[in-house]
Formats: sequence, structure tokens, C-alpha cells
Amino acid sequence: MTAASQATAATATATATATLRGPDAGTARTALLFVVGLTIAALAPFALYPVFVMKVLCFALFACAFNLLIGFAGLLSFGHAAFFGGAAYVTAHAVKVWGLPPELGLLLGTAAAALLGVLFGAIAIRRQGIYFAMITLALSQMVFFMALQLKFTGGEDGIQGVPRGVLFGVFDLTQPLTMYYAVLAVFVFGFALIWRAVHSPFGQVLKAIRENEPRAISLGYRTERYKLLAFVLSASLAGLAGGTKALVFQLASLTDVQWQMSGEVVLMTLLGGMGTLVGPVVGAGLVVTLESYLAATSLPVPVVIGAIFVVCVLLFRRGIVGEILARLPGRKA
Amino acid sequence: MSDDIILEARGLTKEFKGFVAVKEVNLQVRRGTIHALIGPNGAGKSTVFNLLTKFLTPTRGQILYKGKDITRTKPAEIALMGLVRSFQISAVFPHLTVLENVRVALQRPLGTSFHFWKSESTLHSLHQRALELIEDVNLSPWAHHLAAELPYGRKRALEIATTLALDPEVMLLDEPLAGMGHEDIEGTAALIKRVAASRTVLMVEHNLSVVAHLSDTITVLRRGEILAEGPYDVVSRNAQVMEAYMGTGGGVGHA
Repeated sequence: MTAASQATAATATATATATLRGPDAGTARTALLFVVGLTIAALAPFALYPVFVMKVLCFALFACAFNLLIGFAGLLSFGHAAFFGGAAYVTAHAVKVWGLPPELGLLLGTAAAALLGVLFGAIAIRRQGIYFAMITLALSQMVFFMALQLKFTGGEDGIQGVPRGVLFGVFDLTQPLTMYYAVLAVFVFGFALIWRAVHSPFGQVLKAIRENEPRAISLGYRTERYKLLAFVLSASLAGLAGGTKALVFQLASLTDVQWQMSGEVVLMTLLGGMGTLVGPVVGAGLVVTLESYLAATSLPVPVVIGAIFVVCVLLFRRGIVGEILARLPGRKA
Repeated sequence: MSDDIILEARGLTKEFKGFVAVKEVNLQVRRGTIHALIGPNGAGKSTVFNLLTKFLTPTRGQILYKGKDITRTKPAEIALMGLVRSFQISAVFPHLTVLENVRVALQRPLGTSFHFWKSESTLHSLHQRALELIEDVNLSPWAHHLAAELPYGRKRALEIATTLALDPEVMLLDEPLAGMGHEDIEGTAALIKRVAASRTVLMVEHNLSVVAHLSDTITVLRRGEILAEGPYDVVSRNAQVMEAYMGTGGGVGHA
């Protein structure tokens, strides 16, 4: 084979691959997936217990927020429970004690999580790998003890009987279906924001930092600022998920700020596929389903979930969705 | 005369826990030249390079860029001042496409790099320039491939395209020809020569022969100190340089 024909073959392959990866095909597939997903989600409460699906949605948003950080910025936080649980407390308190409407309660919860995110981020962002994880864990433990000691959090009891209220003065959230669609709207908003952030000029820089931080620095990017913004975005959305959960279950408790919650979100994200947009949703759905199913049996829940996790990590390291995507032809990793 | 010096190191010294990796190095890079820093393994080339690009902080000494002291400046800042480096181990973003690799370098001047609410399509205006740069290094057929899929020599070419995207005044290349096959070396050397027409290049290399016809000035380092400096003809005849190279078995011929 001559060099010329080799070059032609290479060009042909390149063109073919480029066509497969063309933006149009990708957009069409994404749009189709989005419509199918939304239809399923809209019909879900008629087939399943609405509170169960709402729980899945809250955790799915939580996992997506976490994934924005680990999957697209390469930062492993082990303190995301602080944002999730912290926001749950703030939302619950604002709605129950201050009598604020649910939208303001959620807003305050999210803002509180964002503030915590700035604080955690400012302290931890210069550290790498395990040190970053340990600092975020330590900080979130401080939030846990504050939740245990402070008066407004209700200690061991948490904040119970949180009223769901009337959203925007129009939608009565005590109606299960109205509540459900409100949660779905929150989830779609959060998911869309993450999707946008990943496919934005900012997302490009973030991916470059994840891929090769020294190189990104040498191109003139002050990488710490980008990582901090990613951290705050992730914390805020984790807070939005936590606040929503407080409204759904009418409860904010220590479970939400415990370190196990930080571990659970790692599990969901890794199971579903870190660095993929849909993976964390699948992972959250799987873990929540298993937990509810196993709770009705006499099996020890953590042991079974732990075993599943081990099997998943051994068999498909990219997670469920990551593994499927890797096997599709012409797909970017 | 001093106007002609774009990058200068004065008494540059770096100690690692008592071990002196670089000792009292004085280096002057003239504007518009190709300057090579060579030496056998462990001579301190990479340390000098990392000091100049601010990835390491010197124990003593001073670094001046266009007469301005940059000894304490952060690495991202000097990139903004027009001093851009490459890396010894090929520095691409493996899971971005070739086009995206170059575009990341181009997008900063847009000032939207923190805009997480904007669409990626706002970056499409950069594609034409990116594709030109990719064409310059003969990577056009691979523009939509992931950088990870490129063979080694092509990754180095992509790296140069990415560096050029910043239109730097000074390009610092860390062993740009290392690990390349003969056919790639010629092409890349020609490319370096071409891009150096309008800028200054400081490159680190292992071998004297590789940089012989490429550089205007060659500085030879040994054990952290400057052994000789000058054009190839002068340096290659220096008795100490010949000895240093004989000693390591590197030197002329081994590409």
C-alpha cells in the first residue's frame, strides 16, 4: 500500500468519524432522549407511588450536582451532605418558622448552600485528590455538629411537620400530583442548568482543567477560580435538591447532613457513570429503588448495596451509563 | 543592547533539600532568536525551564521578562504576558477533540470563559482560526478526533498549534522533538523555524545535533551550571562540551 492511499484512507476514516460525531446527530439524539425522559417522568406518578418518584428526583438532582464537580472538574468532594442537609434545614426553617412561601424557602436554602460552597471552596480548592476530599469531609462534619447543637435545627428530632404551602400563591403543594410536578420542574431546571454549564465556554475550560491542569495554567487560565465556580455551582444545586427534599418529606433531619449522605451520592454517581449527564440519574434511581425494596425485606440494606457497588466497580468501571456510551459507535468518551 | 534581551535570568539557583539542581545560571535570550538549552540527563535543563516558566520558585536569583521582574509572578499570569510554555510529556487535553484543544487556547480573549449559562455554539466563531492553526501543523484530517487517538508525534504537533493559538511573544518548548520519528523531526523542526520568524523561541533539548541547525544560540548546561554558550560552531568545538557529551554517550548522531 502506498503512502498516498494510506493518507486517503486516513482522511476518509476521519471524515466518516467526523460525520458520526457531527453536532446535528448529537443534538437530535439528545433531544429525543430528553423528550422520552420527560414523558416517562410526567407519567411516572400514575404508575408509581409519587413520593417514591419525588425521592428519586431529589437524589437524582443531588447526584447530578455532585457529578458536575467530580465528572467535569475532577474534584472529589466528600462533604456534599453539608450542602444538601444544610439547605434542607434552612428551607424547612424558613417555611415552617418564618412562614415563607415554598419558592422563597427553596431560594434561601439554595443561597445558604451556595454560601457554604464559597466557604468550603475557598478553603479546600487549592488542595488535590485525597486532601481535597478530607478537607471537605472535615468541614461537612462541622456542619453536622452545628446541626446537632444549634437550637433551630431541633437536634435529634430535626425539623418536623414542615408545611408544603402554596407555590407562587397558585399551586397548592399539599396535592400530591401538584407537588410532584413542582419537584419535576425543579429537577428539570437543575438538570438543564448542569447540561448548559457542561456545554458552555466555562464547561470547555473545566474539561481542559480536568484533563490537564498544568497545561490549562500554561494557557493562561487561573484554574483555581474555575474550580471554585464549579464547586459553588455544584453546592448550590445540591442545596436545591436538599431544600426540595425537605418540602417533599416535610422534614429536615440529621440523616441529610450525615457523612453517610456524602458517601451515598458518591455511590450513586459512580454506579450510574461519572462524567456522563444521565448516569447520576440512573444511579440515584437504582440506589433509591433498592433501598426502598430492601427495606421491606429482612436483608441488611447497606451490605447488599455495598456488594452491588463492589460488583459494579469490578465489572464496569465506567458505571452503567458510561459503559453503554462507551459501547455505542462514534461516541465521545 | 539590553533592549534586545527579552528574557533574562540572573544568578538563578534552585536547591532541593540541600541538593543544588541549578547553580548561579545567567541566561540572556535575545528577541527574535531561537535559543536552545541543552545538556546531558540531570544537567538541570528542565529545572531551569520550570523556573523560567514559574512552575518552580527559585531559591535565589531573578528572572526578568522585557526588563520586568517576574520572579514572583504566577504561571497563569506570565502566559497572559505572552510567555507560553509546552511540556516534556506531551500536553494535550486527551478527551477533547483536536479542534477543541486549540479552541480552548483561543477562547480566553472572548472573556466568556466563566459564562456557564452560554451555549458552546458561541465559540463556533473561533473554528475558522482554529482550523487554520490545525492546518499549519498538518493535522486537518484529525480535527474532529479525540487528541488521545493521535500518535505521539502528532500530539506534539497539536501542542505546538495550541501554543501558537495564544500568539505568544516567547515560546518555551520543552524537548519538542523528543520521541519523534525522523520524518516528524524534520517537519517539526521546519515548523519551529517558521513560527520563530515572528517570535522568540527558547527550547530545551537533550541532543546537540538536533538543535545544531535550528538555533541561533546554544547554552550547554552540566550539573546545574553553564558550561558553554554561543552558536553551534563555537559550542561544538568546545573541549569541555565534547567531554561532557562523550561522557554520557549522548551527543552527535543519536536522535
